Amino acid sequence: MVRLAGVKKNYQRGRQTVEVLHGIDLDIASGEFVALMGPSGSGKTTLLNLIGGLDTPTAGTIEVAGRRLERLTSAALAGWRAANIGFVFQFYNLLPVLPAWRNVELPLLLTSLSAATRRRNALIALELVGLAARAEHRPRELSGGEEQRVAIARALVSDPKLLVCDEPTGDLDRHTAEEVLGLLQTLNREHGKTIVMVTHDPKAADYAGRRVMLDKGTLVAAGA
Amino acid sequence: MKYFALLRAGLLRRKGRTLLTLLSIVAAFVLFGFLDGVRTVFQHGADNAAVDRLVIGSRLSLIQPLPLAHKARIEQVDGVVEVAYSNWFGGIYQDRKNFFPNIAISPEYFDLYPELVIPEDQKKAFLATRTAAIAGRKLAERFGWKTGDRIPLQATIWPHKTLGNTWTFDLVGIMHGTDEDDQRFTNELVFRYDYFDEGRTTGQGTAGWYVVKISDPARAAQIASAIDALFRNSDAETKTQSEKEFNLSFAKQFGDIGLIVSAIMGAVFFTLLLLTGNTMSQGVRERIPELAVLKTLGFPDRLVMGLVLAEALLLLTGGGVLGLALAAAGLPAASRHFGGQIPPLAVSGESWIVGVAIMLLLGLFVGLPPAWRAHRLSIVDALAGH
Ligand SMILES: Nc1ncnc2c1ncn2[C@@H]1O[C@H](COP(=O)(O)OP(=O)(O)OP(=O)(O)O)[C@@H](O)[C@H]1O
Ligand SMILES: [Mg+2]
Repeated sequence: MVRLAGVKKNYQRGRQTVEVLHGIDLDIASGEFVALMGPSGSGKTTLLNLIGGLDTPTAGTIEVAGRRLERLTSAALAGWRAANIGFVFQFYNLLPVLPAWRNVELPLLLTSLSAATRRRNALIALELVGLAARAEHRPRELSGGEEQRVAIARALVSDPKLLVCDEPTGDLDRHTAEEVLGLLQTLNREHGKTIVMVTHDPKAADYAGRRVMLDKGTLVAAGA
Repeated sequence: MKYFALLRAGLLRRKGRTLLTLLSIVAAFVLFGFLDGVRTVFQHGADNAAVDRLVIGSRLSLIQPLPLAHKARIEQVDGVVEVAYSNWFGGIYQDRKNFFPNIAISPEYFDLYPELVIPEDQKKAFLATRTAAIAGRKLAERFGWKTGDRIPLQATIWPHKTLGNTWTFDLVGIMHGTDEDDQRFTNELVFRYDYFDEGRTTGQGTAGWYVVKISDPARAAQIASAIDALFRNSDAETKTQSEKEFNLSFAKQFGDIGLIVSAIMGAVFFTLLLLTGNTMSQGVRERIPELAVLKTLGFPDRLVMGLVLAEALLLLTGGGVLGLALAAAGLPAASRHFGGQIPPLAVSGESWIVGVAIMLLLGLFVGLPPAWRAHRLSIVDALAGH
């Protein structure tokens, strides 16, 4: 599902060029649930953004869902993301004025589905995360855990092969975090979604099938 | 339009601010509707002018009279068919607020203005009665006048030798224009020049202006210079213009309306540009994370840019159309308030076209910078909060 070879990423900081990732090789099989761990600033988000097609590498090759990403234009990447990747962020990133189902519907606006089908699919995705009853609520009227579940429904609605999550429980209390992690686990086990999740929290990583450790831009240890 | 919910969401994110911006747009376009209505009315007189009429005034100023002796000499000019003369009386009926044009006319007036419609017997009565007057239909309706009524007017410029300030006229007829839109004849009062000239204490033997009917509109310029040449270096030099030029210069006495309207609206729209421009870019700045999310979900750069631009256009056209519609609804009432002093004001088709063009232009000006910013927005930077 994901294959990285010799991936490097440089950032420009003022006049200085900083290499943040130093040649990453990583394979993730279809159906895996991988926890990406490591200290702050080690490059987890950078790596995740590359896998999700939000950014392009300075060197190396990235193949995700059968597609080589490193040479795609930003427009091509956008279309590819819409079809293949679901994103979940730490801060949910819902549009505050739209009701939950409209937030979930957003990725479907890029498809040719009818309005009725879009709404139905959005409601199905909300049902999947246990929030069908909250479809008409605005983000402000939801708890943090509920907001994150709406965000997960949004990531799921176009039925992507890969879910990419950056500290999805970073802003939640233990109990709510466990609900969200349980949901991700269900999506992985019962719906066959491949998941890459960045987390600081070893307990959260327990939900994953494999851990990948990143330190100062290098993969240090990979284990179960 | 499947993106409508998104557009609405963008605009409603800060309801209060959007409402204030919308109100200022509405206000600007109400003002535009009113001022352009006034401008149109002033130009209307010029547009309605006949091509086979010339107007002769003094070269010195519009209010400088010309000797009546000029008439016979003007009639001799090749191409001149008929000559009439008039004078502005400026009388007041009961109250200053009741303003309407009242004019002393020579008998040829009826021949020179074929668009003035009056029954033949009433015209005869006018020519047979020294104190006769004819009122426009709307004017007569406004004051409830009927033929046979005696109408007193207070002189403002021309007191009467023996009657003092109050002149009295016998209403013998009601006139109107062939073109119902042409307010000129339905809102004015005319009476006989001889009665006026003998009654007034000063200025006897002079005319305010002459109107000349010419045989060939194509020769208008040539005939006009021939007339002016007749009186060059005399005590009363003339300035002969086409009726259209004359009407325009008459309107220009009140200032160049077109220029004033443009200047005011320029200032108003410039302010609007700064105001809405600021609102829009502030709105987009606040929504950077949201726009980044849309891009993350696969919205192409150009679509995100289009959404921001569409928001600006929606705001401008929504507010603008509302403003112009309010002006269109309010102008008739405003005209009534002026009580016939000016022709009815309306938002013309031309004003709508110009107005909508301005809305779109402002929308582009206001929307493009933040839209471009949204286009260039880097997802990674925005998500990281850079
Ligand atoms: N857009 C950028 N421009 C410049 N430097 C960047 C940029 N994004 C990240 N960096 C730098 O790259 C390094 C890795 O950042 P990254 O966000 O990937 O770390 P992280 O492992 O996700 O950290 P955290 O756990 O705090 O989220 C950091 O030193 C960061 O400052
Ligand atoms: Mg990070």
